Amino acid sequence: MSEFFAMGGHGFYIWTSFGVTALLMIIEVIAVKHSQKKVFKQLARLARAESQR
Amino acid sequence: MKTRHKRMAFILVGLAGLAVAAGLVLNALNSNLALYISPSDVLAGQAPKDKAFRLGGMVVEGSLQRQEDGLTVHFEVTDNHKTIPVAFTGILPDLFQEGQGVVAQGRMEGGMFKATEVLAKHDENYMPPQVADMLEKGEKAKQAAGATAP
Amino acid sequence: MGFKNSIAWYYFSAPKNFYVLAGRLIPWFWGAAIVLLAVGLYMSFFVAPTDYKQGESYRIIFVHVPAAWMSMFIYLLMAAYAIIGLSWKVRMAEMMASALAPTGAMFTFLALWTGAFWGKPTWGTYWVWDARLTSELILLFLYIGFMSLQSAIDDPRRASRASALLAIVGVINLPIIYWSVKWWNTLHQGASVSPTMAPKMASTMLTVMFIMAVAFWMYTIAVVLMRARRIILERERQTTWVMDLVKAGTGDKQ
Repeated sequence: MSEFFAMGGHGFYIWTSFGVTALLMIIEVIAVKHSQKKVFKQLARLARAESQR
Repeated sequence: MKTRHKRMAFILVGLAGLAVAAGLVLNALNSNLALYISPSDVLAGQAPKDKAFRLGGMVVEGSLQRQEDGLTVHFEVTDNHKTIPVAFTGILPDLFQEGQGVVAQGRMEGGMFKATEVLAKHDENYMPPQVADMLEKGEKAKQAAGATAP
Repeated sequence: MGFKNSIAWYYFSAPKNFYVLAGRLIPWFWGAAIVLLAVGLYMSFFVAPTDYKQGESYRIIFVHVPAAWMSMFIYLLMAAYAIIGLSWKVRMAEMMASALAPTGAMFTFLALWTGAFWGKPTWGTYWVWDARLTSELILLFLYIGFMSLQSAIDDPRRASRASALLAIVGVINLPIIYWSVKWWNTLHQGASVSPTMAPKMASTMLTVMFIMAVAFWMYTIAVVLMRARRIILERERQTTWVMDLVKAGTGDKQ
């Protein structure tokens, strides 16, 4: 097991590459989802304000 | 007011980015976009005389010699035409091998290139060791066949 | 292009129809991306053999090359949308160009990052100013310039026009990146895979690299469509269909 993670002594380079790639892709998805929700909320507030007028 | 500040900030960031990009391009163009100079060009006097430059080529088979201090190595770099001896004190990269590409940073001192940094240049071939063995054996067999059958 | 086809193009260039279609397609692309990423990652470590020269460190190729390909493909696509948006004033094309930029920038960064962490154990350095590495860095600056220009101008149509120009001018950088290893001597090695040559890789390694590349494509399409939907909502907020959508979404709460 630890031999697998050592990757023949190059574990640091391999795991940093794969890790940062995975991390950025996950962050991007969360960020896009979050901003979609935010825009929806903002528009809903606008719509409410409009209907109350 | 706030949006104007934001806009200014973005424009500044954008301009700074473009300036950096342009600077990089000019810098790259300035050094002729080539990363290294071949031994033939160096011996033809195309390398800077009193400035450090990069020498690139193949490490000559059988030329690698470790000096007595254990850290200094001597080897020869060739472009299959001209050859330059190189001296380097330090740790060589993993992929540094005889018969492989190399890029060394340093300057000429006498007839010898004194390197301060040595980088290994690897090729674009990837295969499992078994296949590499097989290819090597095949190559040897071909050479042997060529030698026996004139 | 057939008559039916051109009707379809016209139909989906309307933001409303695009929004609905994208919403239906996104789960499929997510499904494909997740399956392919799982298979690709498994194969990267358990199926692909050790390299005869580099040992295990070459496995970085399975993220490095797909990321580098995506960084260039996405730019090309972004520039194509920018041209369509600029010449025919297709709003949807402008929005697609903006939706592509952040993902393209991310893959460019990843290509540089994974390249650095591959260069250190093999070449002996994280970075060198050779033509390949420098031109890829310039690609990152082009993406950042495109995005900053868009957020700097408040009017979305003017922002699209200005950034489209930058995107189109920047296309010149793509052939420079691609052929840099041929035109100049670089530390970066030549291409292992190209349309005109037999691949210089063992077939298992090649398969894994292609699976990861397709996985990255699926991921890109899914995430870009999601972002495009958000941009549509923002830019079409005055239209009745967006208002109806918002009211329908929050209707039960009021």
